[in-house]
Amino acid sequence: MSQEIIDEVIASDYKYGWSSDIETETIKKGLTEDTVRLISSKKNEPGWMLEFRLKAFRHWLKMTEPTWPNVQYPKIDFQNIIYYAAPKQKIELENLDQVDPELIKTFEKLGISLEEQKRLSGVRSNIAVDAVIDSVSVKTTFKETLYEKGIIFCSFSEAVQEHPDLIQKYLGTVVPYTDNFYAALNAAVFSDGSFCYIPKGVRCPMELSTYFRINSAGTGQFERTLLIADEGAYVSYLEGCTAPMRDENQLHAAVVELVAHKEGEIKYSTVQNWYPGDKEGKGGIYNFVTKRGICLGERSKISWTQVETGSAITWKYPSVILKGDYSVGEFYSVAVTNNYQQADTGTKMLHIGKNTKSTIVSKGISGGHSNNSYRGLVRIGKKAENSRNFSQCDSLLLGDKCGAHTFPYIEVNNKSSKVEHEATTSKIGEDQIFYCKQRGLDNEKAVALIVNGYCRDVLNQLPMEFAVEAQKLLSISLEGSVG
Amino acid sequence: MISIKNLSARIESKEILKGFSLEVKPGEIHAIMGPNGTGKSTLASVLAGREEYEVTGGEVTFNGKNLLELSPEDRAREGVFLAFQYPIEIPGVSNVNFLKTAMAEIYKYRGLEPLSAKDFLAYFKEKQAIVEMGNDLTKRSVNEGFSGGEKKRNEIFQMAMLNPKLAILDETDSGLDIDALRIVANGVNKVRNSENAFIVITHYQRLLDYIIPDFVHVMYDGRIVKSGGKELALELEEKGYDWIKQEVAEEA
Ligand SMILES: Nc1ncnc2c1ncn2[C@@H]1O[C@H](COP(=O)(O)OP(=O)(O)O)[C@@H](O)[C@H]1O
Ligand SMILES: [Mg+2]
Repeated sequence: MSQEIIDEVIASDYKYGWSSDIETETIKKGLTEDTVRLISSKKNEPGWMLEFRLKAFRHWLKMTEPTWPNVQYPKIDFQNIIYYAAPKQKIELENLDQVDPELIKTFEKLGISLEEQKRLSGVRSNIAVDAVIDSVSVKTTFKETLYEKGIIFCSFSEAVQEHPDLIQKYLGTVVPYTDNFYAALNAAVFSDGSFCYIPKGVRCPMELSTYFRINSAGTGQFERTLLIADEGAYVSYLEGCTAPMRDENQLHAAVVELVAHKEGEIKYSTVQNWYPGDKEGKGGIYNFVTKRGICLGERSKISWTQVETGSAITWKYPSVILKGDYSVGEFYSVAVTNNYQQADTGTKMLHIGKNTKSTIVSKGISGGHSNNSYRGLVRIGKKAENSRNFSQCDSLLLGDKCGAHTFPYIEVNNKSSKVEHEATTSKIGEDQIFYCKQRGLDNEKAVALIVNGYCRDVLNQLPMEFAVEAQKLLSISLEGSVG
Repeated sequence: MISIKNLSARIESKEILKGFSLEVKPGEIHAIMGPNGTGKSTLASVLAGREEYEVTGGEVTFNGKNLLELSPEDRAREGVFLAFQYPIEIPGVSNVNFLKTAMAEIYKYRGLEPLSAKDFLAYFKEKQAIVEMGNDLTKRSVNEGFSGGEKKRNEIFQMAMLNPKLAILDETDSGLDIDALRIVANGVNKVRNSENAFIVITHYQRLLDYIIPDFVHVMYDGRIVKSGGKELALELEEKGYDWIKQEVAEEA
């Protein structure tokens, strides 16, 4: 088949590229200690929170940007970023009518209803949503319903005010601000995000989700998410994100911390669809994210599932520290890169407890001139006897100008543990495409179908509502059509 | 239905079809037989629109349209179906999803509303019965891990679902045991009507005991060198292809 046709197919268009005219309050560009203090005071934060930020900021000043990821981009000018932008109006739970209609429209366009019980396209009816625009959370739905079960689900800012004990107990325990350059930056200037606590023995009755949207130009988004599943608790959490099309690159540096206590389970699913830049590689989000969970207690479980289609550059390794004996970590990932996108993503599974088990399934799909790397570390500690890891890393190339790379790092420090690693790289089959065409599918539909099939093991891990969305998203990011 | 005139085609500068001509009318079944490497699969691929092949001469008219100008998917949507000699596996894509997508595309092209989920399922069940395809097979990914015979049966199942105007069967009988052969032939006979047509490429006359052809053609070196009725198949079975080759050589 001619390269032209493949080119045509992988020339993607972004359907969330609009921006809304929401009245926004921003602070001046640039980052100094005063910026950190200003953010903290805007949020009316207690002293301990400001202290945390300042410590992080001072530490950040001493750090240098990492250069080891397999991605290339011009140097970021950290003084040329706005570190705080907030829609002027916060939605009150009771009177959605008086709210800036642009704000509601923004989320409806994204297929998210801010009105509880209201169905959009019939699916997202039983999901509690925390909606974050630019730097702040604008609305959390179903809060009361959840509270009856003792579940706390609110914006991070609110948690700082209402549940300072929990925040102080857990903040920075999984991802300390010293962890890396972007984690330190985030700790200094993070604006909002979601917080969730599931008490002992409670199964969260609905999916919890956060939708992140960068709207304002020139801003960076630094959100922070903290989820805690207490003993025997269960929660399934979804995260979605989009941004307008802009010629400039925008920085997104989030931190996500998960804590699972004894027999607690957290299932964290992401559909990442930040603006990837245009076909020439202009604009798009730099997505530099630190996500990590710790299985603190025995038989706890943390499972990351991610579908990554957006961002100009993605740099993230959702990881699990398997501390409790018999704890389980999972990582299921689909990363699609197209045009000039670059992704360096994977996971770390750090086995500390005995009889711990981890599974890694990664599917990288690259088209255009893009570059897609899997980087994964499996480390089995001396005391992590009888531990197991299974890794499957597959790469699919849609053309011959794109790249796929796999960097597996494996360290096994005891004799009773076993690690299995399988990796494949293949080109999308011309025979498969022709077979589909002979049944009436055009090139785009054929590629989308084949890629969806290729990713099925991962897509199957997503909750139903999200799986449908992810499949559509995959097709869109491979299609040339405007959604 | 289809009129193929003097069709020539090559791949990688190797001429394979050399002035192939054939006329097929609605309701007819044409069998094409011939030694290996003579260009039968090439003919099927060229008719289906595989890009690797370069058409160097001739014309093909399909229901009044210039078939060679259409994209492969439009040929399919116009009603050309190819049962592949080597059906392709599509891991992770269920047969149901595959056929649903295909039918939706074909219906859209023809300006028809797609079938409702309920109607689709009923239709699917009905066609399943025709080729005795159990749910165990249809639930799985397209051809993935299917045995050779199951793949061939799946081709006929897809044919029954898509209900083409012209079906080209490329050695669908090869590798089938006698029961599978009967199922496949039975499928063809059930789909067959006065408005559609079949080109059946085969090596064995035994398939033609079940699917009774109106014409039998012998293909050799890129074109048809002899045509006749069903009895020609029997003669080939008995005498092989050498006498045909000889005839061709003498004519030259
Ligand atoms: N991709 C290809 N490249 C080069 N030669 C090919 C290719 N495909 C088929 N051929 C050649 O074309 C000739 C006809 O093949 P084919 O159409 O498969 O014959 P048949 O189906 O009658 O056995 C054979 O000599 C075969 O080797
Ligand atoms: Mg053949």
